[in-house]
Amino acid sequence: MSAADWTSVLRPKRSPHSLATSEANGVRLALIAFALVFAGLLLVLPLATVFVSAFAKGALAFLDALREPDALAAVKLTLLIAAISVPLNALFGVAAAWAIARFEFRGKTLLTTAIDLPLAVSPVVSGLIYVLCFGAQGVLGPWLMEHGIRIIFALPGIVLATTFVTFPYVARELIPLLEEQGDEEEQAAISLGASGWQMFRRITLPNMSLGLLYGIVLLNARAMGEFGAVSVVSGHIRGETNTIPLHVEVLYNEYQGQAAFAVASLLAGLAVVTLVAKRLLENRLARASRTAKENA
Amino acid sequence: MLPGFGLSLGFAATYLGLIVLLPLTALIVKAAAATPSEFLAAAFSERAVAAYRVSFGASLAAAAFNAVFGPVLAWVLVRYRFPGRELIDALVDLPFALPTAVAGITLTALLSANGLVGAQLAKLGIEIAYTRAGIAVALAFIGLPFVVRTVQPVLADIDKEWEEAAATLGAGRWRTFRSVLLPVLWPAIATGFAMAFARGIGEYGSVVFISGNMPYETEIAPLLIVTQLEQYDYVGATAIAIVLLAVSFALLLAMNALQRRLGSARTREVHA
Repeated sequence: MSAADWTSVLRPKRSPHSLATSEANGVRLALIAFALVFAGLLLVLPLATVFVSAFAKGALAFLDALREPDALAAVKLTLLIAAISVPLNALFGVAAAWAIARFEFRGKTLLTTAIDLPLAVSPVVSGLIYVLCFGAQGVLGPWLMEHGIRIIFALPGIVLATTFVTFPYVARELIPLLEEQGDEEEQAAISLGASGWQMFRRITLPNMSLGLLYGIVLLNARAMGEFGAVSVVSGHIRGETNTIPLHVEVLYNEYQGQAAFAVASLLAGLAVVTLVAKRLLENRLARASRTAKENA
Repeated sequence: MLPGFGLSLGFAATYLGLIVLLPLTALIVKAAAATPSEFLAAAFSERAVAAYRVSFGASLAAAAFNAVFGPVLAWVLVRYRFPGRELIDALVDLPFALPTAVAGITLTALLSANGLVGAQLAKLGIEIAYTRAGIAVALAFIGLPFVVRTVQPVLADIDKEWEEAAATLGAGRWRTFRSVLLPVLWPAIATGFAMAFARGIGEYGSVVFISGNMPYETEIAPLLIVTQLEQYDYVGATAIAIVLLAVSFALLLAMNALQRRLGSARTREVHA
């Protein structure tokens, strides 16, 4: 920011009324200083620490930690899980939003509430319920064993737990968006003879694309970073069922701090990308919503 | 009539049933398999009660901290323009975006006796890492966005005319804040507080590294679930999970009631 911006902090432009509706300069500056220090300590410092610690032993050690076979296996597993969970939950979000925002039916409130359920459940409990369902001692355990199907301590369990904790993200974004947009364009398309698929591809999907992308960005970040739920169902088999966050835990507990932070920096990098994408999409969503209101 | 109702509702309901309702039912079935006395003994064993105390106490402390300082941060971000504002505003969501395990090891590294912050505090005789205070710090980090993101939009929507009217009637800034702004803000602050509290109770990843994990001292309830599961104590794990779920749902209901007072859906970003 330029010097002019700083002057405006110290001497804000005042309308005749604003002296009475804003704070004295001293108070204002003290509050801003507080916010900078507070955010610096609680937000900037931890984020910076991840990257500084990742490179504490130089770039070579950083790369070595990432090239190690267990680390590569963890990265592959995390990408695979996200590649399954993210599209599934995105598809569910679109379907649920279409049903809830476009139609009236019995049990709609119940469905809307049930979608939010996973947000109220502790990650550990999210993992536990799958163990109780599909584990060796679980409700369906004996039947699964008989048929040689392994879910807990294997890929399916990790995918299920991840899918559970990230379940509501897309639906929560799309339901209010579709409700706000209304169904006039879709009604028009149908009355002009478009098929359901044509309407969806040419109108619904383009109209919801920003919100959908927004939900997917958040969903993906959570899916790749989930720790508690995955930790309960994974069984912690090195190189096999350890995701990136679990591999970070293993390294950290083995006192390989620098390697732990090197691997963690992948996730911190993802977090930064997520924050930037989130901000950009929010601005575009706000603009799209304003334009829609002006045109209405 | 628009097409696709049966298809979309059918898919959504089936998927919801398989991913969410089926495993939750398993939890209920497992809990019902234990006798009531077994269940109660497991849910309220001495160690479990100690763990609830640690979890609820630290969550409460962290949520209270955020309920005080979160609104201050929200106020500064909404009302003032200064260099770095955009950056801080974006970074408020960091605790949502940063995986909890990463937050956990980072806070531990910073606050342990040889860490950047911990070493300074050690000189003053203050220990954070591996104590209950450490758990509260981790939960304060995790809970911050809940309060800030709930208060921010409400603050941005407040009409300046109210404050002008208060000033015209002779109120100073502090009086205006107390009598005009705070009554509008408090439902948002309370909602943010409840969300941060609820999240804190269930939080695991960011806490297990910084808490000492000592039974009766610094053992949080979610960790006790994991421990009992590792010892194949399914009744114990299930009983504690049900207590945690009951508390979460009670808080969820309370929040929905508050939400209605808040009016329109302003929490869009909060769960992000």
